[in-house]
Amino acid sequence: MIETTIKSIIHHHASDPTRLLDILLDLQNQFGYLSAETITQTADLLDIPVTRVQGVVAFYNFLYAKPVGRYRILLSNCIIDTMHGALAVMDQFCQQLGIKPDQLRSDGKVSIAETSCSGFCDQGPAALINGVAIASLNSQRIASIVNLIENDTPLKDWPAELFQRPDNIQLPGYLLKQAITPGSAISSLLSRGTQATLDEIEQSALRGCGGAGFPTASKWRYCRDAEARQHYVVCNADEGEPGTFKDRVLLNQFADQMFEGMTICARIIGARQGFVYLRGEYLYLKDKLQQIIDERTANHWLGNDIAGVTGFDFEIKIRLGAGAYICGEESALLESLEGKRGIPRIRPPFPVTHGYLNQPTVVNNVETFATAAKIALEGSQPFNQQGTANSPGSRLLSVAGDCTHPGIYEYPFGTRIDQILDDCRAENTLCVQIGGPSGTMIAEADFHRHISFEDLPTGGSFIVFNGTRDPLEIAGNFVAFFAHENCGFCTPCRVGTTLMKNTLSKINSGSGSQDDIAELHQLCELISKNSHCGLGQTAPNPVMDTLACFAERYQAKVNNRTFTPDIDLEAALQEARQLTGRDDPAAHLDQFNE
Amino acid sequence: MKTNSISIDGQQITFREGQTIIQAALEAGIYIPYLCYHPDFEAHGSCKVCTVRVNGSHCSACTTFASDGQVVDNHCEDLNSSRRAITQMLFVEGNHLCPSCEKSGDCELQALGYYLKLFGSHFPHLFPHREVDATHPHILLDRDRCIFCELCVRASREVDQKNVFAISGRGIDSELVVNSPSGTLLDSGLDVNDKAAHVCPVGAILIKNQAFQVPIGQRKYDKNRIDDADLIEVKHDHIDS
Repeated sequence: MIETTIKSIIHHHASDPTRLLDILLDLQNQFGYLSAETITQTADLLDIPVTRVQGVVAFYNFLYAKPVGRYRILLSNCIIDTMHGALAVMDQFCQQLGIKPDQLRSDGKVSIAETSCSGFCDQGPAALINGVAIASLNSQRIASIVNLIENDTPLKDWPAELFQRPDNIQLPGYLLKQAITPGSAISSLLSRGTQATLDEIEQSALRGCGGAGFPTASKWRYCRDAEARQHYVVCNADEGEPGTFKDRVLLNQFADQMFEGMTICARIIGARQGFVYLRGEYLYLKDKLQQIIDERTANHWLGNDIAGVTGFDFEIKIRLGAGAYICGEESALLESLEGKRGIPRIRPPFPVTHGYLNQPTVVNNVETFATAAKIALEGSQPFNQQGTANSPGSRLLSVAGDCTHPGIYEYPFGTRIDQILDDCRAENTLCVQIGGPSGTMIAEADFHRHISFEDLPTGGSFIVFNGTRDPLEIAGNFVAFFAHENCGFCTPCRVGTTLMKNTLSKINSGSGSQDDIAELHQLCELISKNSHCGLGQTAPNPVMDTLACFAERYQAKVNNRTFTPDIDLEAALQEARQLTGRDDPAAHLDQFNE
Repeated sequence: MKTNSISIDGQQITFREGQTIIQAALEAGIYIPYLCYHPDFEAHGSCKVCTVRVNGSHCSACTTFASDGQVVDNHCEDLNSSRRAITQMLFVEGNHLCPSCEKSGDCELQALGYYLKLFGSHFPHLFPHREVDATHPHILLDRDRCIFCELCVRASREVDQKNVFAISGRGIDSELVVNSPSGTLLDSGLDVNDKAAHVCPVGAILIKNQAFQVPIGQRKYDKNRIDDADLIEVKHDHIDS
């Protein structure tokens, strides 16, 4: 019986090992988790080593090798959700459901755990329940969720208001003011010509919106010029940087335009196949996106002979991620798309020449494709008449944290930080994290600086912290994120992020010394210079920035000794005291203190 | 004019097209410390011990191709100090008890530690719980000593064509796993003559019953420091081929 189900699911995915993630997600939906037997049979049927399946299951947060609840609650532990009360939410769920984090309730019905930022920082605390996002958790909503779970109500029958997720567009600009009419940019492409359209994008000087800012036209040209039997277009919809949620809003309202941008790219580089790699947290958007793809296919904006042009063939498939921040790194994303663990590749060669299945591939972010479509329609001028000389155009910011109006703000590059803080009604601001944990933290003295590639680049995350927050606790949260999300491939990042996390929590717990601060400086330098990919190279940023901006706060937390041991000797004696039934003064270390 | 030469710490050496910096260096008799690199396999670039500075930026010497005019820094205090710290990270990440390890004296991690003048582990030990697999009649797998160089993974896949080993998990919870119905070496098909059984640079994969055939004091790195030992090997390989 189990074998028949596995066979049919694998068959449904064409027995293709590159679709291993899809296969495992489907199997998990069927069986609740991925048992050793399921894993073995899957490997046999796909004719791949069992360790490859095992490795993938253990790599992704949303794949489970052990039983989890029929209702699985994952609470976002992003710093913003934490500021909005995620810890209290965890307590309430645990108390009312009678469970503990990371444990399955004895009746097998429910389990709860933490997850990294789920992309709802403007409406946190947020959770994923059986993979579906629920935001704005408060006591009342928690109580009704607990009720629904205890009554065994299937998720599909839960009241719709639980699943309301407003887009919160606070300030629309060039991109957000109006979506293009579906098909209009493809018509422009066809009338202007392929080369002329690429030239137009080149003239716009559009740079990738995912964070790295590589010139889009150059990327497309390198890919087009790489000779191969296939070219691919991949949309990176795996925004995982804590604090960012602008791609979620684009996917909800501008997906048509994004698909159009991908189609234009396909025409320019000569691709027939495209993928949207959708982060697992946005599972609830999948059906809607598929529906838009189907409509576009029906309207001949996708499929064969697009817009009636013979040989203009392009199809788009949606592939789900499964909870791994590292898969936002483009080469890790491609590995994941091929059904493997998301380990960043050695670069060069770059994806433009050796990408998906080793073929030339353009990987761009949601916002980049949506913008490219608009440029193809309207020409470069409306785009680059705003912004700065080196950073033309506008940037979507996901503004959240300590401000009255969180949400999406679209600003021309060159906009000052203090203006953004004014617009979102932030008061008593202590510091701002620009570009997420991997970006830059700035304090008040730098609020005159501006958003741009030359000053403060950002992939879209903009987190505001007011004077009641502790920058070291913020850094601690960010560093724990990197320690949890790194892939484990290279030594400095795999080991270094954990050492950095431990050292910072030692300082935060009050047992750090001067030596630990020096240690942090050295670890930061080592990890940033020696790591394999961008994750490791930027993971120390929160520590380096807080050390620079808030040195006095570090000093206030550490003691005056040059060194304190990592283990707490007094606590280590507790077991011996219990075993011997002693608790007299001589059984404590205090006697040795001066 | 193309001269196919690079400079390493001021010394000009020539390279052949397609060679990486580490290949060119070793061939020219210059030692760049490494652990996951192996001349028989495609470069992996994960241990980061071979990090050098090329024209001012840090990169792995094993994955960076030599190209005309590169100025490479290799033996300088800051790079060696990073290498020392990375080596210390590998020590604290696993459970490495050299005095009781039968690989002592033949172990590349230990030899590298001596070469880099590593006098202690510096970082707090993480003391992970990892499983020992003693099921195979001739081969022992002691995961406590694994450094994730993936040489066994590569050897088993590329040379033995068996895929006995793989890395599973993520981040600091990564682990070396065995491809067999039981998950142990017993039914994995690993043969004592396989390349994968002999390629481990540390004491994670050992051939049983040979522990002290070569006495302590007469082992590879007892006789030569790791840089000399590796350069002698490169020379021999060169003469053989």
